[in-house]
Amino acid sequence: MTVALELRQTIARAKRRDVAFVALGIAALLFAACTFVALFLDMVSDGAARLNGDFFTQFASRRAERAGILAAWVGSFAVMIVTALFAVPLGVSAGIYLEEYAPRNRMTALIEININNLAGVPSIVYGLLALGLFVHTFGLGASVLTAGLTLALLILPVVIVATREAIRSVPGAIREAAYALGATRWQMVQHHVLPYSMPGILTGVIIGLSRAIGETAPIVTIGAVSFIAFLPPPPISTEFPFLNADWLASPFTAMPIQIFSWTSRPEEAFQANASAAALVLVVMTLLMNAIAIWLRYRLRRNLNW
Amino acid sequence: MNDEPKKPDLATLAKKAEARELNFFYGAKQALNKITLPIYDKRVTALIGPSGCGKSTFLRCFNRMHDLYPGTRYEGEIRLQPDDVNLLSREVDPIEVRMRLAMVFQKPNPFPKSIFENVAYGLRIRGEKRRTVLMDRVEQALKDAALWNEVKDRLDELATTLSGGQQQRLCIARALACDPELLLFDEPTSALDPIATASIEELIHELREKVTILIVTHNMQQAARVSDFTAYMYLGDLVEFGWTDDVFFRPQKKQTEDYITGRFG
Amino acid sequence: MAASSPEVQIAGRLAYRPSRHLRERFIEAALLGAALVAVATTVGIVFILLRESIAFFREVSIVDFFTDSQWTPLFSDPHFGIWVLLSGTLTSSAIALAVAIPVGTVLAIYLSEFAKARTREIAKPILELLAGIPTIVFGYFALFFVTPLLKNFIPGLPGFNLLSAGLVMGVMIVPYISSISEDAMRAVPMALREGAYAMGATRLQVALHVVVPAAFSGIAAAYILGISRAVGETMIVAVAAGNQPNLTFNPMDQAATITAYIVQVAKGDLPHGSTGYLTIFAAGLTLFVLTLMFNLLGYWLRRRYREEY
Repeated sequence: MTVALELRQTIARAKRRDVAFVALGIAALLFAACTFVALFLDMVSDGAARLNGDFFTQFASRRAERAGILAAWVGSFAVMIVTALFAVPLGVSAGIYLEEYAPRNRMTALIEININNLAGVPSIVYGLLALGLFVHTFGLGASVLTAGLTLALLILPVVIVATREAIRSVPGAIREAAYALGATRWQMVQHHVLPYSMPGILTGVIIGLSRAIGETAPIVTIGAVSFIAFLPPPPISTEFPFLNADWLASPFTAMPIQIFSWTSRPEEAFQANASAAALVLVVMTLLMNAIAIWLRYRLRRNLNW
Repeated sequence: MNDEPKKPDLATLAKKAEARELNFFYGAKQALNKITLPIYDKRVTALIGPSGCGKSTFLRCFNRMHDLYPGTRYEGEIRLQPDDVNLLSREVDPIEVRMRLAMVFQKPNPFPKSIFENVAYGLRIRGEKRRTVLMDRVEQALKDAALWNEVKDRLDELATTLSGGQQQRLCIARALACDPELLLFDEPTSALDPIATASIEELIHELREKVTILIVTHNMQQAARVSDFTAYMYLGDLVEFGWTDDVFFRPQKKQTEDYITGRFG
Repeated sequence: MAASSPEVQIAGRLAYRPSRHLRERFIEAALLGAALVAVATTVGIVFILLRESIAFFREVSIVDFFTDSQWTPLFSDPHFGIWVLLSGTLTSSAIALAVAIPVGTVLAIYLSEFAKARTREIAKPILELLAGIPTIVFGYFALFFVTPLLKNFIPGLPGFNLLSAGLVMGVMIVPYISSISEDAMRAVPMALREGAYAMGATRLQVALHVVVPAAFSGIAAAYILGISRAVGETMIVAVAAGNQPNLTFNPMDQAATITAYIVQVAKGDLPHGSTGYLTIFAAGLTLFVLTLMFNLLGYWLRRRYREEY
């Protein structure tokens, strides 16, 4: 080629930088991956020995080797139910409103700015809100209900944003087809938009819940107890009306709280407990995330509008 | 039509480039079939044909743009003169190819930089750092692209503040600044209004004295106005090639005639 | 029913029915109500923080709050200098960003401009999983893995320190920065890249000269949201940075951040309404205002790049 030697050298230099950057990029990727692996291996090496059946079926204890996470995982589970019960209907409704109903006016703009801002508010601020409002103003105490409500507010933006994105991916032609057949707006939403966007919404809900289950700061702030040796009363009773809401008002502990309290103990044996509990929590959140990611990738592949 | 100037014999004309038996594939789909086409030096060659006929695909083979996307494959050759190098050869670096050829795209695509930096960009990545040289070359390129008078007082403004037609002339200036041996135009006026289109066409007309031009257009009048040679393509095949007035007024093939006269396409 | 000829039936179906209309209106109102919960939450946050902070500032001078160089709310001679906590917050955030911004940006450029589709398909879920790990687990990791590791290189490092908390926080923020920046870069039209490639630019030149400037507002938004996240991060610092209120900008020291202080107080049993109890709301208000500024700026920047293309 009649390309001057000098130019050749310039190109070669530019290409070396290209190669160097690729190396840098791979290094960054490996750094992220290695952290992930180190985190995992560290927990396994410290905590795997503690992971036996008793660990899941025993309450916390002053003696590390007898302590378990029964109250913690039951508490987390109960809180998640409350969170889902509030966050899913509210978040999905808000998402539907903003995508299908909201006029372009100041009120809508205000709602949108609020959602965006809430997504960035530190979780501990939600804890302060709950402490001031739910615990002291409404007198709900440091209960399952308070924690569930707090975390529901926390993940509301996640659910709303996911709902909106899922709804937005339903093509306008489908809406017009439904209207053309005489459907009302709600019928159109209920029969078409919602069912078609359900997988996307579900993905958002799972990601939101996986975030909620690992959240520590807000529930520490509302004053969740870390040492608890009983379970919330069961939601089903033997007497009429067979359902029982006492569990909502029950004090509780949760997985992250348990880990936090064990991490603060100086004894090494409790660190092993913290590792084991952290491992359980990470596996729980990773499973939820993995399901969500899998769902989303599958969804993208199947979607052929 | 009898008083046309006598056209030189094709055999006596110098070729700037030539495609030989060029096949091109997107994955398993063949988009170009054995295209053989000369590009004559300091002439304008127009590629016409209905949408999807492969004219843009063919154009993008010259500067190896297809290398940017996975799953594409070339067969055959494009020889560039005077050194008779095969642009498609695996040993040839696409970056070197792109430094010899320049391209102007369908939609104006100025970089999000100042007007000056847009035109200077090619020189900069060729290692030119001297401010005075850059200034001179940018000014010359902008003059060649008939844009200098409109922008000489606002060289530091963002290129995106220009109008569509100005942006496209800026992209031409950007291409000219590096003294390309062959200038590729991919439907350069399809996103422009008629007035801007006219100014670009005039520019192409003037540029042919300095540089060899290959232009893809979907507008037959445009091909007739600006080009010396015309190639008609259909479904990845080269149907007809010749002097532009021959192709338009004395087409050899029925298919070409149908397209030209608007019975098809 | 004898009179119901087809025409009558159809006419009946088309007739304006108040009940249908009412139902639609009711549903719309209910959906709007759900959307307004977001507004109510913000109002609630501002209301609670202000109410308790006002009670706090009745007892503590706002001048002292911003000028005092000690933070000892529970001592018999209490001092309330928020700078003490802010110094911890700023130092740990600075460390975190020193890790997260370079790594996140390099990753974003690599994934958006260099990586093959296959690499991206593997890398992105890994990053998402990293982003999904609970922060308490990162805190545990900082305290029991990173700090001992750092002690090998820095012999005098205390068991609690801002450095390891900041570093781990940085790793935690990497996925946020890389995914928002990558979105911004991928929104840059291909035509712009082709313009540069056609001139003979290499991938890195295209990325740095064309894609990054074009995606600038989106990348800036990613950084700002990253800062906001670092400032508001709680559990990592609460676990690994120690809870000693300490006016310091030295990464090797232990120090309390605003968030860690709130957790520490809330964990204990301070009586409702006491000054000690009120401090966490004053600290929380400071934190909220700080992150609100970053969030609004980030939101504005992100909207700008969305409008551009």
